[in-house]
Amino acid sequence: MTDGSQVGVIFWFLSFVILISGFMVVSLKNIFYCALFLVLCLFSVAGIFILLEAEFLAAAQVLIYVGAVAILMIFAIMLTTDMASKEITQTNENVTVGVFVSVIFAISTILLIDKTSVWRYQDHDFSEGVTVTLGKLLMTKFMLPFELVSVLLLAAMIGAIVLARKERS
Amino acid sequence: MFHYLALAAILFSIGLFGVLTRRNTIGILMSLELMFNGATINFVTFNKYVVTDALLGQMFAIFVIVVAAAEAAIGLAIVLLIYRNWRCIKTDNYGVMKW
Repeated sequence: MTDGSQVGVIFWFLSFVILISGFMVVSLKNIFYCALFLVLCLFSVAGIFILLEAEFLAAAQVLIYVGAVAILMIFAIMLTTDMASKEITQTNENVTVGVFVSVIFAISTILLIDKTSVWRYQDHDFSEGVTVTLGKLLMTKFMLPFELVSVLLLAAMIGAIVLARKERS
Repeated sequence: MFHYLALAAILFSIGLFGVLTRRNTIGILMSLELMFNGATINFVTFNKYVVTDALLGQMFAIFVIVVAAAEAAIGLAIVLLIYRNWRCIKTDNYGVMKW
């Protein structure tokens, strides 16, 4: 029974990298550098997943986010290349409101987490291996959501192709 | 556990700030990815430390990742379509689409 209040130096390092690169993603002027920092941030989140004994999720994170989504972002930035120049301002007039709202949100959420004590802590032992268990669950208990999400992916793929192709006129 | 949840909350707030302040639509989509990741860290943390059915949190995190990938594909397709029509993807112009 532990609430995991002891975290190692790896956690501090990873969270430092995540927060710094996440801040870079939302604040840098050059949108292309933002995408590169997004890659770094998502990669560090994969490290956090490994610390939390979610090896499959870490691999999926690297494959899908770093390998697909971030590359997709970089492609889109390159295709809209005259939007990435330094002369164009990347932020709108809501910066003050945005800082206010997000800081308030962060502080209140952290206070809420700190005050909450109704969680019953329990250490799971994933002796069979997380990936094996996840695969079995996907094929038994979560069969319907699994199929639905594959239909969703197919629909998203067709939709993206239909939206992005050239009009024949 | 507190540390992980706090990290997720701060990451979510950074993404929220990006969504509120970005003028470039691709920047907004990237900030959305940050918010998704904050939520996913929460799911995995609760899965590890709090009593649940086995691996429910990680299962949900997988679905979050899949839906985020679909959202990114559709979102960027829409962005490219808008760029092709207007040669501009700033959010200021989207008011034109109101009727």
